[in-house]
Amino acid sequence: MIRFENVSFSYGKEPVLRDVSFHVKPGETVVVLGISGSGKSTILKLIAGLVQPDSGRVLINGHEMTTASEDEWSRVRPKIGFVFQGGALFDSMTVGENIGFTLIEHTDKTMDEIEVTVRETLRFLNLSEDLIDILPDSLSGGMQRRVSIGRAVAAVDPMIMLYDEPTTGLDPISTEAITELILKLQSVKGVSSIVVTHQITDAFEVTNHFIVLHDGVMVFDGPGEKLVQVQDERVQSFLAPFMQSVKNIPAVCPEE
Amino acid sequence: MNLLSIIKRFAYDLQGLTFYSFRLFGKILSRPMYLMETFEQMYFLGVGSLFLVVLTGVFAGQGMALQFSIELADFGSKNYLGRVMVIAITRELGPVLCGLMVAARVAAGITAEIGSMKSSEQIEALRAFGIDPIRKLAVPRFWALMVMLPVLTIVTDFVAIYGGYIIAVYIANISGAVYWTNVTAKLTLGNFIIGLSKPFIFAAIIAIISTYMGFSTVGGTRGVGRSTTESVVACSISILFINFLFTRLLVPQIQGLL
Ligand SMILES: Nc1ncnc2c1ncn2[C@@H]1O[C@H](COP(=O)(O)OP(=O)(O)OP(=O)(O)O)[C@@H](O)[C@H]1O
Ligand SMILES: [Mg+2]
Repeated sequence: MIRFENVSFSYGKEPVLRDVSFHVKPGETVVVLGISGSGKSTILKLIAGLVQPDSGRVLINGHEMTTASEDEWSRVRPKIGFVFQGGALFDSMTVGENIGFTLIEHTDKTMDEIEVTVRETLRFLNLSEDLIDILPDSLSGGMQRRVSIGRAVAAVDPMIMLYDEPTTGLDPISTEAITELILKLQSVKGVSSIVVTHQITDAFEVTNHFIVLHDGVMVFDGPGEKLVQVQDERVQSFLAPFMQSVKNIPAVCPEE
Repeated sequence: MNLLSIIKRFAYDLQGLTFYSFRLFGKILSRPMYLMETFEQMYFLGVGSLFLVVLTGVFAGQGMALQFSIELADFGSKNYLGRVMVIAITRELGPVLCGLMVAARVAAGITAEIGSMKSSEQIEALRAFGIDPIRKLAVPRFWALMVMLPVLTIVTDFVAIYGGYIIAVYIANISGAVYWTNVTAKLTLGNFIIGLSKPFIFAAIIAIISTYMGFSTVGGTRGVGRSTTESVVACSISILFINFLFTRLLVPQIQGLL
């Protein structure tokens, strides 16, 4: 579904990703962990084609996207739901226009049909339908995050969902609501998801496949049970603060 | 910053601007076109600037008429005020003044809007959802300016000439009929074409520079402030410079043809 083959990338001279390879199967969810600046957001941007690798290949559904033209990308991107780190909602559009964005732009649906979908999505997100005509500026952070997820899922049947720290900085209740959302979407057939997060405890709820980045290098790729046993210092130092809670979790996490 | 690095940066910006212009021009006529956005921008840029250009046009016309009427009276030819006014306004003052005013108002707005979209990742979000930001944001503004700047220029011309009329009648003691006869005598096709080809060029300048500066914004809120200021400065200087080149090189050609 999504395959990285020896991908390297830099913004300027400083390398951001070095020789990263991994594979996400159809319908699978992968959690990407790593300290700030380790290149997590960059991985998502590479998948959506917002930036191109310096070397190596990015394959989506077996198609090499590295050499794809902007037009080919325009056809693939509406099928990718991207939840940006800062939300990146279109602040001059209403909540309804944000959620219905891909439908408005990429389909011939009438405004009435789109409104039906938008209202469904709002209910799905546990948000009040009255928000439809409100500008995103006046929403709380957690609500904005949910609208941002709504905009991503209302895409024309997404086949890939990319979440960039969807729960960072939220209260436990919003966090749980968003984790539930990710699980709900995961159960939709064939949707592959990549979740970038710092909330390791929640990470175990959504998947058992973890990738850890450190300074642009992939230092771990495997299941949760292995993650907590890894001796690598770079992984250890990242996990240490969470170890207490993590230790208790593999017992309850799903076996593959 | 030393001189060399300033020159280097200027050359770098100019190169980026040139590449960007080609990309923009490659998209102005092809689909998908965003008609709704274009009409919105026409209203916003055109109707929104109307009050501004009327005000500046009247005052600039009056100021000029005051000066000219005194000077012309010395030669005993103050009745020619209308002619002088028409030539100065339709060929130079109207287009340039209107271009500069619209540049100040609109270029700042466009750069700030696109720049803050850039710094809050909304431009990336557009691309991620399969939308070309140049088509969605730059092309509608380009066409809106192409349509509205000439219209605003005609309005500026008219109110500036009318401002001259007020001075002529109430201060310079020229009869209104004489003023208008002189105005129409010089309101020729040639002056009209020369005057009205300029706003199309200025519109392109404003659209290209202001959207480019918006898209190339880096550095958060302060970056938006910086590129907005630079955008207005760059538009104004370019308008004055291109106006000079145009008047020097192309106006004689146009006059030769007529
Ligand atoms: N637009 C950019 N231009 C230049 N450098 C960038 C840009 N975006 C990111 N970087 C650099 O790339 C590196 C990786 O950035 P990235 O955003 O992928 O990190 P991250 O793992 O998502 O961090 P965080 O957890 O803080 O979001 C960082 O060192 C950052 O400084
Ligand atoms: Mg990030």
